[in-house]
Amino acid sequence: MTLSAETPASGAGPTRDRIAGVGLVAFGLFAVWEARALPFGSLGNPGAGMFPVALALMLAALGLLLALKGGGPALGARGWKEARPGLAIFAALAFAALALETLGYRLTVTAVLLFLIGAVERKGWRAAVLVAFGFAFVSHALFADFLRVPLPRGPFGI
Amino acid sequence: MAETLHNLALGFSVATSPEMLLFAFAGCLVGTLVGMLPGVGPLAGISLLLPATYGLNPTAAIVLLGGIYYGAMYGGSTTSILMRIPGEAASVMTCLDGYAMTQKGRAGAALAIAAIGSFVAGTLSVVGLMLLAPPLADLALRFGPPEYFGLLVLGLFVLAALSGGSVAKTLAMAVLGLFLGTIGIDLMSGFFRFQYGLHELGDGIGIVPVAVGLFGISEILLALGRAEPPRVQKPKLRELLPSRRELAESAAPIGRGTVLGFFIGIIPGSAHIISSFVSYALERKISKHPERFGQGAVAGVAGPESANNAAACGAFVPMLALGVPSGPIPAVMLAALMVHGVAPGPMLMAEQPKLFWGFVASMYIGNLMLLVLNLPLVGLLVNLLRVPYAYLYPAILAFCVLGVYAVNQSVIDVWIMIAMGGLGVLLRKFDFEVAPVVLGLVLSPMLEVALRQSLAMSAGDWSIFVTRPIAATLVGFAVVLALAGVASSLRGRAAWRRRLGLES
Repeated sequence: MTLSAETPASGAGPTRDRIAGVGLVAFGLFAVWEARALPFGSLGNPGAGMFPVALALMLAALGLLLALKGGGPALGARGWKEARPGLAIFAALAFAALALETLGYRLTVTAVLLFLIGAVERKGWRAAVLVAFGFAFVSHALFADFLRVPLPRGPFGI
Repeated sequence: MAETLHNLALGFSVATSPEMLLFAFAGCLVGTLVGMLPGVGPLAGISLLLPATYGLNPTAAIVLLGGIYYGAMYGGSTTSILMRIPGEAASVMTCLDGYAMTQKGRAGAALAIAAIGSFVAGTLSVVGLMLLAPPLADLALRFGPPEYFGLLVLGLFVLAALSGGSVAKTLAMAVLGLFLGTIGIDLMSGFFRFQYGLHELGDGIGIVPVAVGLFGISEILLALGRAEPPRVQKPKLRELLPSRRELAESAAPIGRGTVLGFFIGIIPGSAHIISSFVSYALERKISKHPERFGQGAVAGVAGPESANNAAACGAFVPMLALGVPSGPIPAVMLAALMVHGVAPGPMLMAEQPKLFWGFVASMYIGNLMLLVLNLPLVGLLVNLLRVPYAYLYPAILAFCVLGVYAVNQSVIDVWIMIAMGGLGVLLRKFDFEVAPVVLGLVLSPMLEVALRQSLAMSAGDWSIFVTRPIAATLVGFAVVLALAGVASSLRGRAAWRRRLGLES
C-alpha cells in the first residue's frame, strides 16, 4: 500500500502511470477482442460475453484515465535491480512446473534448491546439498506422510 | 442474550476439547511464524496451508486457519517493531513508531503494547462478532440477488475509496480481478470463457495460485532488489514490561482502534490493512503532540495494532453471516469451508451451531494463547529471521510450489502462480495495490450471478435495483461514493482522504 503523492514527473520521458495506463488500455482492448466469440445477449438478458466485455471496457477506460493524468515519476526513476535474480527464480519455478509430475516432489525441489542456493546464491555446494536434500525430504515427510497432502512421486517412488 | 450465552457455552464445550486446543495452538504458532516471514503474509500463509486442512473436520479446519490468521497479525507486528520489515501489509504503520521505539531501547515495551492492544481488540471484537452476526444473518435472509448485487458493488467502491494511493488504480485492480474471475465455465449458460485449450480452467482461476503469486512470489522478487536486510534486534524478557506512563498512553488508542477496526473490518470489500492506516491517521490527528508520531509515539503502535486485529475479527462477520468475504483472507477461508462441504451464510448458525460457536469460542482462546505464548517466545521466534535470506527464500519458493500444487494437484495452478508472480512484480513496481485483484477474483462470480439472477427476476428491468428498499440503499451508497470519487478526481485532490492519511 502506497502513501506516495501522485505528482506528475518533472523530467522528460513517459511517466510510470502513463505506461501503466497504456498497458491497461491495451489489455482491455485485447480482452474485448478475445471475448468476441462469446454470446453477448442483451441489456435485459445478458449472455456469457457481456460481463467480461463490460469489465474489459471499464479496465480500458480506467487505463485511459491514468494515461491522461500521467502521474508518478519517470519509468526509469526506480531501478530494476531484481531483474537478474528474478530471471533465475522464474527459470527455477518453470523447471519445477515442468518436472514436478515427472521427477516427483522430492527430486524436483532438491534440484530447484541446489540451483538457487548453489548456483545463484553461491553459498557453497556442501551447504546447498545439505539444505536441498534436507528440506525436500523433511517437508515431504511432514506434508505428504504426516498431513496427508497429496504430492507427486518420481522414479522408483522417490 | 440468554440464547447467545447458551450458544457460546456450546462453543466453549467444542473449543476447549483437547483436539481443538491443539489446532488453535498450532494455528497461532504457525500464524506467528508466517506473519514474521517477509514474503509469506497471512494470505499466502493460509493459502499454502489450506491443503493441510483437507484431512480435518470442518470445525478443526476453520479453527486452525483462524489461528493462522490472527497469529499472523501478531507476527507481523514483531518484524515491524524489531526490524522495520512489515511481515504483512497491515503492519506497515506499526513500522514507523514501533521501530522508532526499538531504536530508543523500548523494543520490549513496543512489543508488549502491540500484544496487549491486539489481545484487547481481538477479544472485544469477538464479542462484537457474537452479538452482530446473528441479527445480520436474520437480515440476510431477506437478501435476494438484487441486495447481494448492491452489497458487492458497495464493497468494491468502499475498497477504492478507503485504500491508500490512487482511487483509479485501486478500482482498476479490482476490475482486473473481476475480469480474471470471469475465466472458466459461465455458471448461468455453461459457456466456457477464455479456454485456450486448457480444460483445467473450467472451474476458473483458483484464488490460491493468484494470491501466492501476487503476494508471495512478487515479495521475494522485490526483496532481492533491495539493499542488505536490517539487523535483527533481540529483546530481553525483562525489557518487555511497558512503563506505567506507556500503558496509560496506550489505553485510549487501543479503545479507539478496536471500535474503528471492527467496523472497517465488517464492511465488505474493505481490508484489515486499511484499518491500521485510518487508525494511525486518527491518532495523529487528535494527538496533543502530533510531532511525536514517527519518533516513537506509543499511540502510533497501540492504535494501528488494535485496529488491524479488530478488523481481522470484524471481517468474519459478513463471511459467516452473509457468506460474503470482506477481503481476500476471509475469501480463502470461505473457500476452505466450501471444500469441506460447509456453505457459509445466513443458515450456517442454525445448521452448524457447533462449527460457528466453536470457532467464535476458539477465537477467545486463541487470543489468550497468543498473549501468553508470544511475549515470552518472541526472543526465540526472531531467531528465524537470522536465517540468511539466501537460504530462506528458496525454501519459501519451494513451499509456494508445494502449497499451490497440492490444492488441485494441478501443474496449471503452478504456471498461474508463476505468471501472477511476474504480474505482481510489475504491478507493485507501478505502485498498484494487488489485494483488490484477489478480492475482485473472488467476488466476480457472485457479482455476475447476482446481476443476472436479478435481471431474470425482473424480466430484464434494471429498476429492480432501485425499487427494493435494501438494494436501493446499498446501490445509493455506492453511487454516492462513486460521485465523491469523481468529484475529488475533478478537483485534482481529495482532502478527506489526505486527512485520513490515505494520500499524502
